[in-house]
Amino acid sequence: MESSAEQNIVNIEINDISLQVEPGQMLIEVADANGVAIPRFCYHKKLSTSANCRMCLVEVEKAPKMLPACATQVMNGMKVWTKSPKAIAAQKSVMEFLLINHPLDCPVCDQGGECDLQDIAMGYGGDQTRYQERRRIVKDKDYGALVSTEMSRCIHCTRCVRFGEEVGGIAEIGGTGRGDHMEIGTYVQKSLSSELSGNIIDLCPVGALLSKPFLYSARAWELQSYLSIAPHDAVGSNIKIQTRNGKIMRVVPADNEEVNESWISDRDRFSYLGANESRVTSPMVRNSSGNLVETNWQAALDTVIKSFTEIIATDGGSAVGAIASPSSSVEEFYLLQKFMRGLGSNNIDFRLQQQDFSAGAEQSAPKLELSLQEIETQNSIFIIGSDIQREQPLLSHRVRKATLAGAVVSTINPKTIEFNFAISTSVKTDKLTPALAGVAKELLSRGLGGDLNLEQLLTDGAVNIAVEAEHKEIADSLVNGENSMVLLGALAYRDQNQSRIYSLATAISKMSNSSLNIVTEGANALGGVLAGAVPYHSAGKVEVSECGVDVAEMISNPPKGVVLFGVEADKDLAGDDSAIDSLGSGFVVAITPFMDRLTYEHADVVLPLAGFGESSGTFVNAEGRWQSFSGAVKPLGEARPGWKILRVLGSSAELQGFELDSSEQVLNEVKALCDVTADKSEPEISNWSAPTDLGNIEAEMVKPIPLYEVDAVVRRSAPLQEQAKKLTGGVDDV
Amino acid sequence: MANQVCFRNNHLENSWSLSAYQSNGGYEVLKKILSEKLTPEELIEDIKLSNLRGRGGAGFPTGLKWSFMPRTVDGQKYIVCNSDEGEPGTCKDRDILRYNPHQLIEGMIIAGYCIDASVGYNYIRGEFWEPYARFEAALEEARAAGLLGDDILGSGFNFQLHSHLGAGAYVCGEETALLNSIEGKKGQPRFKPPFPAGFGLYGRPTTINNTESLASIPVILAKGGQWFLEQGLPSAGGEKLFSVSGHVNRPGNYEVPMGMPFSELLEMAGGVRDGHQLKAVIPGGSSTPVVPGEQMMDVNMDYDSIASAGSMLGAGSVIVMDETTCMPRVLTRLAYFYYEESCGQCTPCREGTGWLSRVTQRIEDGVGVAADIELLDSVAGNIEGTTICALGDAAAMPVRSFLKHYRDEFQYHIDHKKCMVESDW
Repeated sequence: MESSAEQNIVNIEINDISLQVEPGQMLIEVADANGVAIPRFCYHKKLSTSANCRMCLVEVEKAPKMLPACATQVMNGMKVWTKSPKAIAAQKSVMEFLLINHPLDCPVCDQGGECDLQDIAMGYGGDQTRYQERRRIVKDKDYGALVSTEMSRCIHCTRCVRFGEEVGGIAEIGGTGRGDHMEIGTYVQKSLSSELSGNIIDLCPVGALLSKPFLYSARAWELQSYLSIAPHDAVGSNIKIQTRNGKIMRVVPADNEEVNESWISDRDRFSYLGANESRVTSPMVRNSSGNLVETNWQAALDTVIKSFTEIIATDGGSAVGAIASPSSSVEEFYLLQKFMRGLGSNNIDFRLQQQDFSAGAEQSAPKLELSLQEIETQNSIFIIGSDIQREQPLLSHRVRKATLAGAVVSTINPKTIEFNFAISTSVKTDKLTPALAGVAKELLSRGLGGDLNLEQLLTDGAVNIAVEAEHKEIADSLVNGENSMVLLGALAYRDQNQSRIYSLATAISKMSNSSLNIVTEGANALGGVLAGAVPYHSAGKVEVSECGVDVAEMISNPPKGVVLFGVEADKDLAGDDSAIDSLGSGFVVAITPFMDRLTYEHADVVLPLAGFGESSGTFVNAEGRWQSFSGAVKPLGEARPGWKILRVLGSSAELQGFELDSSEQVLNEVKALCDVTADKSEPEISNWSAPTDLGNIEAEMVKPIPLYEVDAVVRRSAPLQEQAKKLTGGVDDV
Repeated sequence: MANQVCFRNNHLENSWSLSAYQSNGGYEVLKKILSEKLTPEELIEDIKLSNLRGRGGAGFPTGLKWSFMPRTVDGQKYIVCNSDEGEPGTCKDRDILRYNPHQLIEGMIIAGYCIDASVGYNYIRGEFWEPYARFEAALEEARAAGLLGDDILGSGFNFQLHSHLGAGAYVCGEETALLNSIEGKKGQPRFKPPFPAGFGLYGRPTTINNTESLASIPVILAKGGQWFLEQGLPSAGGEKLFSVSGHVNRPGNYEVPMGMPFSELLEMAGGVRDGHQLKAVIPGGSSTPVVPGEQMMDVNMDYDSIASAGSMLGAGSVIVMDETTCMPRVLTRLAYFYYEESCGQCTPCREGTGWLSRVTQRIEDGVGVAADIELLDSVAGNIEGTTICALGDAAAMPVRSFLKHYRDEFQYHIDHKKCMVESDW
């Protein structure tokens, strides 16, 4: 008898080399892990096995036919030959079949140089064809503004089809027709609607699906790759920025199983196309006749220091403030708050869409308690106020994977949001607080309250909270789920009752023994808190003696001098135009890559900030994962990386601690203050107190952010805007 | 003896009606099984004893197939009948549906009982309008008589049976493509493993049998496995339906003992049409290799004998050709059929069947070149054994056998740009 330890090992031979492998693996996985090259087209490690291209046929002892390595499980004693005469003959014959109808247009095909078919044909293709008939011509399909099609090149591997069904969650691509009339396309003539659709470009092993914006603009071998982090959501997707001659040509995913697996969202992929639209390329100062005129850096910086010094001299440090983009880097957040605090002001904030600041300093850094990977293992998921698929596409993908493994999902949202996974209980309401309180009350009535002191709040006669059947279902699923999680998204974050909602959600998660997971806005909100870009504390959560004011207060009561850092104020900030315009009443320093309305009309000094891919930095994703990146291209024109601008501002103002030579040095300083070990910040949700009232329970929920309006870069990407227009019919669908 | 199993009622008036079926002992076996609570194990043993081999073409023993079903596993299980009779030359299942539908229904109920499936589907070829209507009517009759549905005959056994009309795809006769088609997916074969017995319809354990196999079950269990075995050969029991078509005087379906000499079967079909000689026979349907007539006259109609002649019994679809037949023309038609019916899923079949079709057409049109014969043989060889399902092999085998036996006719076509034979059709 074999011992149990031995049963977990299978002995096989590949090409006469003995290997010990795990049972259940497919031959191709074992071969890949051991450096044995087997040609393939349809197999992809992240997709189901279809075994249809037949390129990976190998010889297996005792098998009467060649077997596909992608779909043949390892068996003890199996002997496999991947390069035997029989195997090679089978592989070559499949290659011949693949090539008979494939156009020989490699010289004009964008895939050339990174084409699986081209590469493998070098090894297995003949040097001339035996096929004398006409080649197949297939009409191209319109997949929208992002993916270009050249369907005569399609080899029907169905990777794109399987991606749609299995990852995108929308079976919008399929094969119609039979035999060699089969065509891959959308069943109905329409644009792809998955927010992950661009990944089929990478998956396509030939030049059938290509990046439409990148089409005919560069060859793969001309490109240089720079690892970076996508700046549009809190996932921190790993990307490669590819450049030629100092210009960003395209963005593709970088594999990271723990973060984005092999995928990136369409906005991560195509936002670079907006990076150079309406850029500010030179420092500018508003002259006496009210016009912005270009000047040099020194003059612009002098103007800033002079004006700020004057304001502070008469009205004190608290008369100035700073508002930063939530997608600023850790280094930028840190130096900005250091600069402001050096000037004597704690008025700094980046929480642009938040409306309720009543939790004040008590609110700790909202983050995910689980890792992204752990989300997949949940059995019960409660989504509160989130169009998660749009807000955090690759976090949503993890939720979807959990549902495919059997997880039940319940939601409370202001409208029926179309998720690409099954929802078991959906509460549609325009008021979030009472619904959440209903769930909390139900859990409380089950005696799960412990010492949370919620009784008074929820039994208070003034607050007549009804417990609906759906609330009970949600409570059931959370209590019954072995691994259950509560997930709060952007709509909860931007709610007028945010602090009560977070408190109630915390109470719900504590009572139901679920994890509490919060995503807010931007790419680096957690980094912003840790680096101290909040009014309550400086980096490393060192409390300040006198709290500054938050962003809402700065808008309603504008400081005499304000720094807008990477903010497109009239679109990024919550509030109506006139309120935002009031920000322009003081002395405005706009440090920004883009010219926008508020800058154009009100900024007194404009300092050109490095844009997407132009600067090094660090983002802390929603898990607390610190990911640094370098610049891929030089900043456009006179633009400079934010950390450099802030460093010079600090030095010019003769503040201490700005003698920093590199962004690494800045980062190390922050890390030392934040006590970061192993590039991961630990969860921090202990900072909690029971809400004493439910706030304005009649407050209506905010609406989801329209498609591709999330930040200034995305808003400027013409292909994304065109795609959004196609998908929404040009009408805001929310 | 003949017409003792699936065709045993065909002589009755309105043989498709419930009353006609019951007048000849119909549903008696089912009643006995349910009232005496015979165990699935003993029933399966009897079927194993009968050596009923799957009538769809592969010839896999039916009893053994049933014993593979994980009967004790909880949850839904299915029995599926494959009536997607699309193989050129085959028309036997059509006549079971038309003339003896109740026997199929009874067989499927018993199958459901044996493999613990409470739901069955009969997947009927899309072109079979009349058989479909007959079968549907029979289902209604059976339901009304309490023979089908919940609590059959008060036994507590439930069995729902539905028919599903295909949409005209030959490949849906492949069992896993058939399952996909029932599920509403594109009719493309699945990669095996997993096999349907473990992961079948809607991912549940499923047994798929041919119409003739299932329709044979009531007779086997009524008369005993031993009786059935004795009607045929030790290697394959029973009588078998043969669809004889082509250049014979009386084309049609003949239910005769397994192992009957081909010459006798040909005689039953009235012999080769008057004034002509036998040239070639495709013994098991268009996907089986062709056998020269002379050789065929020494062959018996069973698995082993036909295999020794280099072909296969298949579904028992005998296509007879006389001396007026132009073999390149026949192959051109067959190659075109497989080209049109390839599902397009895997590379060798998707690309190769079109290639075969175009080259055979080229030869037939008199514009073939000398290298075409080798090319055809090589392309067919490259398809063989490299595809997910057997359709690739089905397309390749006729090509290779036609070239093997009638290469001179192809050569003549290439050299003289016309047929070697004088054809009158």
